[in-house]
Amino acid sequence: MTRRLVYLTLTGVLLLTAFPLYFSFVVASQDNSALAQVPPPVLPGENLFENIRRVFETVPFDQALLNSVIVSSANTASVVLFSTLAGFAFAKLKFKGRTALLLTVVGTMMVPTQLGIIPLFMLINELEWHDTLLAVIVPALVNAFGVFFMTQYLFEALPTELLEAGRIDGAATHRLFWHVVLPVARPAAAVLGMLTFLNVWNDYLWPLVVLASPENQTVQVALSQLRAGYVQDYSLALTGTMLATLPLLIVFGLLGKQLIGGIMQGAVKG
Amino acid sequence: MRTWLYKADTRLSPYLYISPFFLLFAVFGLFPLGYTAWVSLHDWTLLSDEHPFTGLANYRELLADPYFWNALRNTISILLLSTVPQLIFALILAHLVNRRLRAKTLWRLGMLLPNVTSVVAVVVIFSQLFGRDFGLINWLLDSFGLGRIDWQAGVASSHVAIAAMITWRWTGYNALIFLAAMQAVPKELYESATLDGATPGQQLRKITIPSIRPTVIFVVIVSTIYGLQVFAEPQLFAGSGPNGIIGGPDRQFQTLTLYMYEHGFNRGFEFGYASATAWVMFGLIVLIAGANYLITRRIRSSR
Repeated sequence: MTRRLVYLTLTGVLLLTAFPLYFSFVVASQDNSALAQVPPPVLPGENLFENIRRVFETVPFDQALLNSVIVSSANTASVVLFSTLAGFAFAKLKFKGRTALLLTVVGTMMVPTQLGIIPLFMLINELEWHDTLLAVIVPALVNAFGVFFMTQYLFEALPTELLEAGRIDGAATHRLFWHVVLPVARPAAAVLGMLTFLNVWNDYLWPLVVLASPENQTVQVALSQLRAGYVQDYSLALTGTMLATLPLLIVFGLLGKQLIGGIMQGAVKG
Repeated sequence: MRTWLYKADTRLSPYLYISPFFLLFAVFGLFPLGYTAWVSLHDWTLLSDEHPFTGLANYRELLADPYFWNALRNTISILLLSTVPQLIFALILAHLVNRRLRAKTLWRLGMLLPNVTSVVAVVVIFSQLFGRDFGLINWLLDSFGLGRIDWQAGVASSHVAIAAMITWRWTGYNALIFLAAMQAVPKELYESATLDGATPGQQLRKITIPSIRPTVIFVVIVSTIYGLQVFAEPQLFAGSGPNGIIGGPDRQFQTLTLYMYEHGFNRGFEFGYASATAWVMFGLIVLIAGANYLITRRIRSSR
């Protein structure tokens, strides 16, 4: 295969990748009747701001955005903290049952938690968390992938001598964690944080199940509501889509390079 | 006193540090999964306070329900239609990027872009593209004289549309995982193969794939697990309302998770019955993942 053909193929793939997102922007900037045209529009129109106004009018989208920010931030913070703690213990501390417990973590990565949603729903009802953000936040405070990811990273990146030196100076384990482990873990924590934020922001099934009232919904559930009408208002639905995706795309544009590095690093070692 | 403190610290700290994960996971991850099995043996609904033990009655009822078999067929059909092209494209894509290229970062960012987009967003966008009357894809088909397809209405066509959404969202991500593994393959292997006159296609089949076998197994199993749980794509493709829950007016694309959702959260909250569905799905996942493992393990022998 010649180099030119490779670049041509890759450009084609890139266009295929970007086109649906571009097209959603086109539709978001048209009024709904423009979409009944043949051929369909392929250039942006002038209705973007009008459509954005309608999105906020149809569903409490500002509230949904705020809810998503709260849920995603809370879970990102907790997953990063708890994964780093557990990762530190698994990578560098000696204790009985370490191997067996680590294997348990790896094993649970393969278990689809989605299958437990019915008892989880019952549990949430029992705790009277139904239709509150707690119902979405608490079950996602930890995940096995995070622990595994951090263990792998700290095993390689954290010099054992540094910890020993700290011990000789009389530092207790929690001081080692704050002053030695956390600074070393920062790059991996950034990647794990981004992945977690993305996943939680994009989660759909569980929020749909437990969040009933419009003012408690996350952005993805609010989006699905925009499609609920009897007459399909695509420009409305796609404006919402764009608004819900844009923040992630901006973050991705800024930090995507590190994210890819992290995914590839995790994959090599996994 | 100091040494006692030191000992307590080094003994207990590790357990203290791993306990948040294990406690939370036990309560919100493991317990629900196990409890599903218990619930599935009862006539358990949200609306009544009594939950009589019924043994395997839910499972018998489930296996006798033609709608269950319909959902199973749909799930497997969508799984095959999405996973197979996805993995082939991902391998080829990774193979293409795994050489000296300009603008390396650009190609990789592009690959991950669909994965950053939420499922809901993907379905909303693709539903417009696959629209019957004003969709871009039908307009293209029409202008090539191929006629229009009512994508949602047919069994095969709706499965293809849903598989396209899944493939679009996951191909690049899988390609990145493959790429990571490919970078560990010694470059000398390719150099000598090129000297021997092997084409890129032969190199992909004879060198790359056998060398990254563990990663291939990993990706196949993960995609299978994801594919068996497909929910948002069919639910939103049908638009919301009753059709979303049954997967189109004729259940033409109702998947197993939708079936579980229908019984668990929609029709009188039949938790026992829905839990039985969950456990059948779990069994299926273990079975198919295991079969995949055995099949992909044989890759090396084709060398």
